[in-house]
Amino acid sequence: MQLEESPTTDGNVINNYTINFGPQHPAAHGVLRMVMELDGEVIERVDPHVGLLHRGTEKLIEEKTYLQALPYFDRLDYCSPLCMEHSYVLAIEKLLNIEVPERAQYLRVLFAELTRICNHMLNMGAHVLDVGAFTPNLWIMDLREDCMNFFERASGARMHSAWYRPGGVHQDVPEKLLVDIGDWLDNRFFQLFDDAMSLVLDNRIFKQRNVDIAVVSRDDAVAWGFSGPMIRAAGIPWDLRKSQPYDVYDRMEFDIPVGTNSDCYDRFMVRVKEVRESAKIIRQCLRDIPEGPIASIDGKVSPPSRGKMKQSMEALIHHFKLYTEGFHVPAGEVYVATESPKGEFGVYLVSDGTNKPYRCKIRPTAFSHLQAMDMMCKGHMLPDATAILGAIDVVFGECDR
Amino acid sequence: MTVLHSAPRYASNEGVLDRVSESISVWLDQAEEQHGEIIFTVQRDAIENVLRTLRDDHDYQQLMEIAGADYPDRPERFEMVYMLLSLTKNHRVMVKCSTDEATPVPTVTTLWPNAGWLEREVFDMYGVVFDGNADLRRILTDYGFEGHPFRKDFPMTGYTELRYSEEEKRVVYEPVELAQEMRTFDFLSPWEGADYTLPGDEKAGDLTKGAPPIDDPKVTEGPEDTGAGPNATDRAEEGTAAVPPDMIELDITDDDRAPDPTENRPDREPSKGDVRGTKAATEPANESGEGED
Repeated sequence: MQLEESPTTDGNVINNYTINFGPQHPAAHGVLRMVMELDGEVIERVDPHVGLLHRGTEKLIEEKTYLQALPYFDRLDYCSPLCMEHSYVLAIEKLLNIEVPERAQYLRVLFAELTRICNHMLNMGAHVLDVGAFTPNLWIMDLREDCMNFFERASGARMHSAWYRPGGVHQDVPEKLLVDIGDWLDNRFFQLFDDAMSLVLDNRIFKQRNVDIAVVSRDDAVAWGFSGPMIRAAGIPWDLRKSQPYDVYDRMEFDIPVGTNSDCYDRFMVRVKEVRESAKIIRQCLRDIPEGPIASIDGKVSPPSRGKMKQSMEALIHHFKLYTEGFHVPAGEVYVATESPKGEFGVYLVSDGTNKPYRCKIRPTAFSHLQAMDMMCKGHMLPDATAILGAIDVVFGECDR
Repeated sequence: MTVLHSAPRYASNEGVLDRVSESISVWLDQAEEQHGEIIFTVQRDAIENVLRTLRDDHDYQQLMEIAGADYPDRPERFEMVYMLLSLTKNHRVMVKCSTDEATPVPTVTTLWPNAGWLEREVFDMYGVVFDGNADLRRILTDYGFEGHPFRKDFPMTGYTELRYSEEEKRVVYEPVELAQEMRTFDFLSPWEGADYTLPGDEKAGDLTKGAPPIDDPKVTEGPEDTGAGPNATDRAEEGTAAVPPDMIELDITDDDRAPDPTENRPDREPSKGDVRGTKAATEPANESGEGED
């Protein structure tokens, strides 16, 4: 395409040129390669190349028993590992149709929301860093560190917890941990978070970089399969925690923040508000959490306690069978989607009645959003691409699987 | 079936199956509800029409996912499952169609722009061709990858591996070389579910013609069922002493006992010299740094 004749090019005609954004680019949030066609500094076309982190998780899961496959989910969206596990255990529970004790449901909701805060801390920090602010990222990373410590105290691992189980959670949490989480919310979290946000929200540069960038209409957001903060920023109050509640979300009182302008600034603001709503949910969980078992009482699905195993022959047999053969899941297929911090994270699980999934398709949130990069970037400047990408909140472990 | 699980609860399925089945009846092969999910199996060539009807007449506005699946035993081995979501009715349905390696499936990029990548993924993983998809490139696998990795007959280890070659100063592709066989354990109980013959069972010939089926299982509810005859039955009624009489008279002498532990044997000579090669952990360190002299 002919663009212009410039006096500085000796009368030669400048054509559109193509650049490679990534795969090793600090603002690409991982291994994303985008082939961009530019007209000067204006983006004409974007072709995102994904799959550089493809590990064949779904194929690996087909070779593992249901329980062995669980830790693979931590490694999908490694910024919100527990929310990934949540979809998977719910899918298994739906096929098995087993009851989860109340305490386990509360614990799962509590830690899913803590994960959401943890995820948003990273995303918002990275987003402001991408558009030029450095300090807020350092401050809220500290909060993320606190969340990680909580995960470690519950499960023993900071990131790849593998703590949820079909039928409940792996271990109960110490009372002190619940007290400390409440204490952290009351005395530490909001001071730091508000401080960090006071640098960002009304900042002139931040607004210039984000307001009116990548405006997506409501119809487009629906047609492109948006979910999570992306669809809420477009003004659609759609949140699976509210509309299709799982575990004890139906007992929680919280609001769904929505945007008005559907630009990158709204997406950021939706996340800021969501963090506050998550804190609300955590407080309610801490207030209402009952005593009781933390895993299903069905011995065919959840393992016996260590003490029981040494006393009861049946418990010993159950333990042996669960950790060699694993439990069998009735034949059938389900699609279970939960509200992960990034949007709708779904698991399509096909069981043939044996101890291994026949097929486990993972619906990543990033696929729909990243696919719309071309639509969103068109006509914007090259530096806007980083803001758009930051507002999508992509993680390639999840996108590429 | 009572719902015990706590998976996402959306609007009731009641009536949806009939209502939708009626409007897509021309293309419908099968409609079922299982595990709380509504699944329509439709003719392949009509998939676009079906999804358009569902989107426009039944308010399933969003296409969330297209999942491929491989069932090698079927004549049409690949299954495409379209997950639809209605934001207004708060409901989900699945629509399925099947195909083989050669037959293309009509694209649905005409209905939803995000179907493009989803179809690319199914193409990449299973080799299903989508007719009308203008951009059917591979998406997740490597540039220049051959084969379709999620097919059930594609080995888990793949065919090529890559490493950085110090001689050539670049990454080289090589055929996979495994240090040991890929190990898979199915752990399925051989009495239920396993579909292979256990070693040795082949000698028994056709196992289905083996032992005759047992109508009434053998149980021992009373002494008369033991099969020991009337004498034994009478003695069982009498009962027996807790300890057989000849056992009580048994005299155990010291010689019959197990020997004492070897450490306490007085007739054994004490060991000579320093047999312990190492120092005790609590011993103070030798300042000269040499051995103990």
